[in-house]
This record gives sequence, structure tokens and C-alpha cells, in this order.
Amino acid sequence: MVFLLGRMELDKQMIVSTMSFGELEIEPKEIYEFPQGIPGFEEYKQFIIVQPDKELQFCYLQSIEESGLALLVCNPFLFFKDYDFQLSEANQQELKVLEEKDVVVWSVVTIFTQSNEATMNLLAPIVVNIREKCGKQIILHDSEYRTKHNLIFPDSEELAKVEG
Amino acid sequence: MLVLTRKKGESIMIGDQIELVVISVEGDLVKLGIKAPQQVEIFRKEIYQSIQAANREASEKTLKIDEVSKFFKSKE
Repeated sequence: MVFLLGRMELDKQMIVSTMSFGELEIEPKEIYEFPQGIPGFEEYKQFIIVQPDKELQFCYLQSIEESGLALLVCNPFLFFKDYDFQLSEANQQELKVLEEKDVVVWSVVTIFTQSNEATMNLLAPIVVNIREKCGKQIILHDSEYRTKHNLIFPDSEELAKVEG
Repeated sequence: MLVLTRKKGESIMIGDQIELVVISVEGDLVKLGIKAPQQVEIFRKEIYQSIQAANREASEKTLKIDEVSKFFKSKE
């Protein structure tokens, strides 16, 4: 369990326990607030982004309140160039979005090692405001997207040259 | 759970800003109209449940980082 200091001490380092990455030293200003948690884990509202391998284009959304909660996420546009959705006015307000560059989109990836396959959830992208450090998993309930889209891997050159 | 019986055309208010209207009833199908403020999200329950299930499955399958790297690299 992490005992959180007051937000006034934004530059003070804190230690976060994680099951996947051991103990991490982070600064409170790296924390993303998810006021509604995420579906299935509504009670966990604070996350950090962990990118363990800088050469590979995926990260983990790691809860700082529950050491075992880490979701593998990836940039959906790397795999689905035509992926497209509108961020509603209501969501823009909720996420305090002022301009397009505030917004970064992550999609949850599930890897099935037995079949050596992976799927991506395009129905519910995780949208974060990198300036305000807040986020939400948005459900595109009017779209045709599903929770499991098979990942086809672009060639290695393309994956390596796109910046995170 | 509060259970109310409504006829076609009748409404239910939830709080003072959300209204549920029974638009039509045809056999097993009930068509409902919902008026709510923009910030209130409305969706079919099974969709929310499918996202919950997908997130839980993804979190249960959290692989060690070297296994994920191996997986991504194997796809190159």
C-alpha cells in the first residue's frame, strides 16, 4: 500500500510498489488522475505510465494504489491507421482539454501466449490529457469497434521509427 | 431496485435532469428515449460489462516485460 503525501510536495520523490516492475521511484507530478477509475477497477484512480523498454512502442498503465494492476497499452494508430473517433464535448471538458496536443490515446492490449496472438481494445480507448495529467477510459458505444481486434504487426522499421 | 410499470408514452424522472420515456412496446422489445445532461453517459449495460471483462482479462494476463518484448520482437 502506498501512503501518499500532500500534493503540495510535487517534486518530492515517492516509492511505488509494483508487481511487474518492483519498486519504482516517481515524482508526484508524473501521476495521472482517473477520477472514475477504469471499468472493472473503478476504485483505483491514480496511475503512472511505465515504459520499460524504450525501443519498443508499448507502455504499462500502472496503478500506484494496487501493485498488481498494470495494463499493457499501445498507440492504436500504429496498428490501425484508420482508427478514428470523436472526443465528445463532455469528455473534452471532463479531461480539461484545451488543444489537440494535450491528448494522447492508448489502447489496452491483451497477449495470448498460447496462440502467440494479441488483441487490442478499440471500443474503449484510454484518453489522457498529458498537460493536466488526468485520464479516462472512453467507451465508443455508438461505434462498430470491439474489445478484441487482432493485432497485425507492421514491419520492424516502421515500429522503430515512430516516436512514442 | 425500484420497479415501476409504465405505458407507452409515459415517463420516469431520475433526479430532476434525467428523463426516461417509453417510446414503444412491440412484443419483447421496449424502445426507450433518454433525456439527460451532456455529461451523463448512457450506454447499454452489456457494453460496459464487456469493457470491465476485457480490462480484467488484460490485467490478469500481465506478462513479465521480457515476455512481452519477446512477443513484439517475434512479430518483426
